[in-house]
Amino acid sequence: MSDQLKMYSDKVMDHFLNPRNVGEIDNPDGLGKAGNPVCGDIMELSIRVENNVITDARFKTFGCGAAIATSSMVTELVRNRTVDEALTISNKAVAEALGGLPPIKMHCSVLAEEALRAAIDDFRKKS
Amino acid sequence: MDKIYLDNAATTPVAPEVVQAMLPFMSQVYGNASSIHSFGQEAKAAVERARDKVATLINAKPEEIVFTSGGTESDNWVIKGVAFARKDKGNHIITSAIEHHAVLETCAFLETQGFKVTLLGVDKYGLVDPDDVKKAITGKTILISIMHANNEIGTMEPIAEIGAIARGHGIYYHTDAVQTFGHCPIDVDELNVDLLSASAHKFSGPKGIGLLYIRKGTRIAPYLHGGDQERSRRASTLNVPGIVGLGRAVEIAQKEMESESLRQTALRDCLIDGLVSSIEESNLNGHPLKRLPNNANISIAYVEGEAMLLTLDMEGIGVSTGSACTSSSLEPSHVLAAIGLPVELAHGSLRFSLGRNSTRQEIERVLAVLPVIVKKLRAISPLYRSRA
Repeated sequence: MSDQLKMYSDKVMDHFLNPRNVGEIDNPDGLGKAGNPVCGDIMELSIRVENNVITDARFKTFGCGAAIATSSMVTELVRNRTVDEALTISNKAVAEALGGLPPIKMHCSVLAEEALRAAIDDFRKKS
Repeated sequence: MDKIYLDNAATTPVAPEVVQAMLPFMSQVYGNASSIHSFGQEAKAAVERARDKVATLINAKPEEIVFTSGGTESDNWVIKGVAFARKDKGNHIITSAIEHHAVLETCAFLETQGFKVTLLGVDKYGLVDPDDVKKAITGKTILISIMHANNEIGTMEPIAEIGAIARGHGIYYHTDAVQTFGHCPIDVDELNVDLLSASAHKFSGPKGIGLLYIRKGTRIAPYLHGGDQERSRRASTLNVPGIVGLGRAVEIAQKEMESESLRQTALRDCLIDGLVSSIEESNLNGHPLKRLPNNANISIAYVEGEAMLLTLDMEGIGVSTGSACTSSSLEPSHVLAAIGLPVELAHGSLRFSLGRNSTRQEIERVLAVLPVIVKKLRAISPLYRSRA
């Protein structure tokens, strides 16, 4: 099957089947939650921040293939970025980094962006 | 690795003998069944042989069978056709909340045209209560449409009772038998059915061909105009290869129905018992006994259906899910909602539907693979942790 005919890109499938950075950081510097079970996706993202740079990001997600893949990708994208840089990462950027998402799955990338913003908000409240 | 197809409620592989039966009608016997020359008459004879087989299978008369393009057309035709033909009698239709969208969305369309629709609820097993049907009847009710068995959760409805109630009130009774036709015994007289929809590709026939049973004397307006085919009830050149394929599939069904039903029921129960016992916090949806021989619908807590479906697909196993994430509406299955299943569990539902090619080895492989997949996805799930 050609890549265009598949629902998900190879990169999405790779991040879904082999998600990076699964888990929780103990006593995180920032913790963000997004989504709800009614919609069928929930993401929790915890971050470690040192000198205003995100040095670690871990996630747990209940959701479909796209939700898990975008969660995994966002943890990769924020690493070694300053908090301000991380705030510029949009859901579109996450989707593009995955080689694109089907239009109907774009809302899953919003979940990743919202969890990231929530984690950074939490970090700023704490610091 | 051999692939394992457990989505026979979506569609079945066409039986090789059906393909063989169809082939001559795509090459040598190409006549239009409406033509009076020998080319046409040869095609017409094949169509009528198929019609006889269908009629025999459900204890109907051949002239009561009309070939259509499939279940969706049959459902659309029944509801709109009866509404048109009987609008002088009334404007009220009774159906259930768990019908196929071909019924529900057609009823919703009629509501925009001045018709009234009562959607009956179901119990936790998905059963319609015949008493609810009785209570919903008004002086203006013209049609009752309750499916024979539900396509998602497999529950078999008490349609003989519902049909008897309809008959007692002089109301037409239609059943969508797309999931049961060719799989479960159907006698239109015993079931008190006036109208019945079926589709060939759900029982080893080809796609694009189905039928509507119309009891003699039932008034229904044509859906397609523009020709006098099918005794002027449905215009359109007859799909001869499709009809021949449907007829051959009916023959197979007639021969194998009893043994396949027993064989698949045993495999189904093995799958249900195996999954529910090996995966904690999983449960069966639909009625434990009054269910299709080939359907197992399981909800698994803390994990999402599409994620399980995709991972099973990587293992070569094809199933379906009631999760919103595979639908374009982003809402979970209306059937799972109607049985009162919490949304989180509806998102974590999987439907396995067996077929005549399903084997015990395949079921054993699913039982070996799925618990591992669930464990992996639960390890990622924040819901699973917060439960502890």
